[in-house]
Amino acid sequence: MSARERILKRLRERADGPLEAPESEFAVVTGRGWTPEERLARFEHWIASVHGEVVHVSRADWTVRLAEVLRDKGVRRLALGRAHPVAAEARAALADGEVELVDADRDIESWRREQFELVEAGVASSQGGVAETGSLWLWPTPDEPRLLSLVPPIHIAVLDAEAIEDTLFDVMEGQDWAAGMPTNALLISGPSKTADIEQTLAYGVHGPRELIVLLRHP
Amino acid sequence: MSVQTFTPRAFHEQAREALGNPQIRANFRSAMDGLMAKRRDSFGDWDLETLRELGASIRLRALARLPDLLERLEANCEANGIRVHWAEDGEHACRLIRELCEARGARSVIKGKSMVTEEMHLNAHLEAAGIQALESDLGEYLVQLNEQTPSHIIMPAIHLNTDEIADVMHDKTGIERTRDVDAMTAAARAQLRERFMAADVGISGVNFAVAETGTLCLVENEGNGRMTTTVPPVHIAVTGLEKVVEHLRDVAPLYSLLTRSATGQHATTYLNMISGPRKAQEHDGPEEVHLVLVDNGRSGIYQDDELLDTLRCIRCGACMNHCPVYTRVGGHSYGTTYPGPIGSILSPHLMGLEDTKDLPTASSLCGACGEVCPVKIPIPDLLVRLRREAVGEGRGNVRGAGAKRSRAELVAWKGWQWLATHPGAWRGGTAIAGKLRALTPSRLGPWTEYRTAPKPAKTTLHTLLKQRRHEEKDA
Repeated sequence: MSARERILKRLRERADGPLEAPESEFAVVTGRGWTPEERLARFEHWIASVHGEVVHVSRADWTVRLAEVLRDKGVRRLALGRAHPVAAEARAALADGEVELVDADRDIESWRREQFELVEAGVASSQGGVAETGSLWLWPTPDEPRLLSLVPPIHIAVLDAEAIEDTLFDVMEGQDWAAGMPTNALLISGPSKTADIEQTLAYGVHGPRELIVLLRHP
Repeated sequence: MSVQTFTPRAFHEQAREALGNPQIRANFRSAMDGLMAKRRDSFGDWDLETLRELGASIRLRALARLPDLLERLEANCEANGIRVHWAEDGEHACRLIRELCEARGARSVIKGKSMVTEEMHLNAHLEAAGIQALESDLGEYLVQLNEQTPSHIIMPAIHLNTDEIADVMHDKTGIERTRDVDAMTAAARAQLRERFMAADVGISGVNFAVAETGTLCLVENEGNGRMTTTVPPVHIAVTGLEKVVEHLRDVAPLYSLLTRSATGQHATTYLNMISGPRKAQEHDGPEEVHLVLVDNGRSGIYQDDELLDTLRCIRCGACMNHCPVYTRVGGHSYGTTYPGPIGSILSPHLMGLEDTKDLPTASSLCGACGEVCPVKIPIPDLLVRLRREAVGEGRGNVRGAGAKRSRAELVAWKGWQWLATHPGAWRGGTAIAGKLRALTPSRLGPWTEYRTAPKPAKTTLHTLLKQRRHEEKDA
C-alpha cells in the first residue's frame, strides 16, 4: 500500500466515526452596501495606511501624470508590457521621453539580471481593487508577467476607480474566480515590508520599496 | 554565539534560564504587548464573534470532509499541472523533497517561511545530502545566520533585539556594523537577491490549499514567498494535510482572521495564489510545481473527536502572543517547532508525550488562548485533556500516554480521595494534623520554591463552626 492509500485509509476509518460538516454563514464578509464615494474613501484610507501612494488621475490624461511620477521618482528605466491598453498607452506617451522602456513580455531567463539590477520601476495594470483592505488584485499575463509587480523597486499600478469592490469575498464571488483560476492570482496591499528586526517597520525587503497607484477616474 | 539546542525534555531548565535573562524577557514583553494591542485595534469595527464562528465552521467543514477534500485537491492540482506527493512522516517528506531536488541536480535551495519544514528538520536533511538550503524570510534568515531556530511561528527572530541583529549581520555577512534597520534590511535584500537568482529550487509552505480549484495560497508581507515560488525553475510547496479548505471563497474570511489575529494587519502585503506551473506562453514562474502533503501524526490526532480540534489551527500565533507563560519564558524554552499554547497541544502528537509531557502544564489555564483563537479551538480544554493523557488518566490514544504517571503522586491522590469521602477519618486526620502542625515540612518540592509551605490550623474549620454554633445557641 502506498503512503497515499495508508493516509487516506486512516482518515476514512476514523476511530470516533464519521464527522458532520457544519454550514457556513458568509454574511459577515459581504453586503457592505457602501456608496462609490465611501468605497473609494476606504480604499484610499487603507492603502495609504500601509504606505501605498494614491494618485488620482483621469482616464484621458493619466499618462501625463505617469510621466510626472517617473520624473519625481527619478526613474530612468521602466519595465512594462506591450499588448495591454495600459502598457500600449504608456508606451505611446513615453516614446519620445528620457525614460528607457524595457520589454517585460520576454522569457525571464533572457533578462533576469537586467530586471533584478537595472530596472527601476514596473508599471502594470490591476484588474480590480478591494475597498475594505485597500488591496489591488492582479492576474499576471504573458504580457504583464508575475515578476513585473515584484522585482523592480517601484511598482506603479494602474487601477480604474469603478473596478474597486467592497470585500475580497465580493471579488471572488462576483468575478467567479472558482470557475477558472490563472497560474497566479495576487492580492497586493502596499509595498513589500518586514518588521522582523525588533518590530521596526522597513519597506522594500524583497519586493518593491514603493507602491504607487494611479487611480483612474472616467 | 554558539549553536543552541533546545529540547522539550528540558522545558523547566530552559524556562528557568530564560526567566533569568532580562534581555529575552524585555524583547518578548514589548513585542507581545504591541501585538496584542494591534490585534485588538484591527478588529475594531468587526463583528468578531460572527467572523470567528465562520472561521471555525470553515475549518470544521474541511476536517469533516478531509479525505474527500484531499483527493479532490490532488485531482485538481494534478489537472493544473501540480504534482502531488504524500508523506507519512517528516523523514518520508524529507526524502521525497531531497529526491525531487536531486532529480534536477539541485545544489542550492531557497526557502520561504514554512513551519512544517522546520518540524521535519528539512534544512539539516538537505545539507547532509550536499544541498544548501537558505531561508529567505528576513527573520528566518537572521535566525539561520545565528545558528538558531525560530522562537515564534510568525516572527521567527522576535527573541533578538536590534543590537543583537546588528552583530549577527556584521559577523556573519561581513557588512559594516550598523544599527540602522533600513540599512540592514537593504543589505539582506541584496544578499538574498543573488541567492534567488542562483537557486535551483524554491521551497515554501502553504497557508490554505483549496480543494475546489487546486490552488495553493501563501500569505506574506516581504515578497520572499513570491520570489521563492516564482524565480527558481522548481517550486516545492510543503504542507500539513490539515491545511486544505473546500472552496475558494473559504479563503476570504480565513485570510481576514489570519492577518488580523497574527499581526493586527487588515491585509498582508501579498496573498499569493498559485494554481499551476508556468504555461507555454508565459514568461516567468517555475517549470515544475510540486505539493508535498505531510501527515506526520496528523491522521492520529484526527481519530479522536476532542483532539481533532487541534487540526483547525491556521497558525496565526495569537495564542502565543496572548499567553502569559509564553510572554515570560519565550519561544525557545518549549524546545519544539511550535511553541506556546498551540505548540503545547500539537507537539505531544508530533513528538510523543515521553518528550513533551511537561508542555501541557506550561499554562495557568487562564483561558486567553482560547478566547483569541480565530477558529475557536478550545485550547485550555485540550491542555487539560493532554495533562490527563500524560498521567495515564485519559483515553490512552496519544503516543506516550502515561509518561508523566508517578506512583507517589497517584498514591497521594488516592489517599486524598479516600479521606475526603470518609468523614470520620477526615475529621480524625485533620485533628491529628492540627496537633502535629509543628512537624509539617517547610520544603515541599517545587511548590515551596516561590511560596511558603501550608501549615494546618491549630483548630479545624469544622471545630470552629461547631464552637460558634454552640455560642450562638447559648447567647
